[in-house]
Amino acid sequence: MSQLELFRKNKIKLGPMQDTEAALDSEACFKLKGSRVTMTILELYRYDYKSFNDTLSSTVSSAPDFFQQTPVILSLEKCPADNFIDFIELGELCREYGMIPVAVRGGSEEQLLSANVAGLPSLPPASISTRSPEPAPDTAVAVREVEIEVPISANKVITTPVRSGQQIYAPGGDLVVLAPVSAGAEILADGNIHVYAPLRGRALAGVKGDDSARIFCQSLEAELISISGNYKVNEDLQGSLWKQAIKAELEGDQLIISPL
Amino acid sequence: MAEIIVVTSGKGGVGKTTTSAAIGTGLALKGHKTAIIDFDVGLRNLDLIMGCERRVVYDFVNVINGEANLNQALIKDKRVENLSILPASQTRDKDALTQEGVQKVLDEMKKTYDYIICDSPAGIEKGAHMAMYFADQAVVVTNPEVSSVRDSDRILGILQSKTLRAEKGEEPVKEHLLLTRYSPERVERGEMLSVKDVEEILSIPLLGVIPESKAVLSASNQGQPVILDDESDAGQAYDDAVRRLLGEDIEHRFLSASKKGLLSRMFGGR
Repeated sequence: MSQLELFRKNKIKLGPMQDTEAALDSEACFKLKGSRVTMTILELYRYDYKSFNDTLSSTVSSAPDFFQQTPVILSLEKCPADNFIDFIELGELCREYGMIPVAVRGGSEEQLLSANVAGLPSLPPASISTRSPEPAPDTAVAVREVEIEVPISANKVITTPVRSGQQIYAPGGDLVVLAPVSAGAEILADGNIHVYAPLRGRALAGVKGDDSARIFCQSLEAELISISGNYKVNEDLQGSLWKQAIKAELEGDQLIISPL
Repeated sequence: MAEIIVVTSGKGGVGKTTTSAAIGTGLALKGHKTAIIDFDVGLRNLDLIMGCERRVVYDFVNVINGEANLNQALIKDKRVENLSILPASQTRDKDALTQEGVQKVLDEMKKTYDYIICDSPAGIEKGAHMAMYFADQAVVVTNPEVSSVRDSDRILGILQSKTLRAEKGEEPVKEHLLLTRYSPERVERGEMLSVKDVEEILSIPLLGVIPESKAVLSASNQGQPVILDDESDAGQAYDDAVRRLLGEDIEHRFLSASKKGLLSRMFGGR
């Protein structure tokens, strides 16, 4: 039996079994999500074993604690296209000094092929502005921090009423609302929530698990407030602080509400 | 340029059609060429309230489908000059309303009319969405009770996000609050939300307060827009609302309970 036939047979046999497994396990075991992270770029001007090793050791010795399991992206945009790079060798060198190459950016076809052989995926080149010709420094490598598409501020400010049925989320920052939040509306933030008007809907701060997140509002009339998953519902909120200006914060697992 | 005004609420039975008929008639009485469109396809009511149900030949859906032209479907009001009604179809459902079709009809009507009143069906589904999509202004009809206020709040959110103006990032739809079936006596007894309560929750400008009135029901049954009954408190309140819509600054009336025996005294309801 050829391999292909074997594969087909197995596939047919396995098919329904996998389906039942999937059906039994209704809760998926993972979910793909988009995210932005700040990464270190190692900008390569030329590559040969000795000069790379020298420059790397002097760079790392100046800040030995800085490079501990640091993922880096190798930028080949300023490296001559005909410079052959052994990425397996380069990768080993990097790891010796605590840097872990995770991908390459730019580079010629040959270089990318070599990178792929070493198991490094390629990223599209950066925008033109960073590629504008500038004189290459004497050293073989220059390490610099770059932000990859991280906005300067992730805070969100809402100036119009948040109505019933609307949901507003401030990922990665604070949410500031300058108008009433209606019953039946939901506002969420990875950071703090400020409502400079009555809060009548649901407010969830620190939704990614930030225990230090807080909620501030000018009039507490909420259906629910929650910080990092610790919540209180309307019934628990209708005490002496009802319709008062309050702040809410976590003390341990306790959601504490106090007057402002 | 014609103004498109949607009369909407979310909740049913709060007085959208009564309001559409009253405001449309009121605008026409003030000399503006006005058309009222019934978007409640399948549950056609506007023609009854306007008293023209026996004159319906073609309807809104016929015009959208190109089965009739606009002039064949529009019904001219016999009492008020400058006023026309475009009835809904009773035999179809809301899916007959397509965005392109509605736009085509509105574009054509904009050429002749100063005001186009869109009488929205209840709910937040297709019919309501089509009625509000092209609007420049919205009259949100609300009863002074919590579920109606909640639904109005929802509608206001949709007006700010799912209309053509919102999608194109233009100046948002201008919102007006019209409180209907208001009973000052019941508010005083604490059985009903007050104007202030509703204004505080919805935080949009108040266009008018229409008192709970027997005149509304009898006008509906006679097929007579209540605004034509200028003896009644509701008719006067609607007239005030129309004046405010046109930019006049008028004090709100009928907000407090009148003493027994004065109910018959129709003027100066305060």
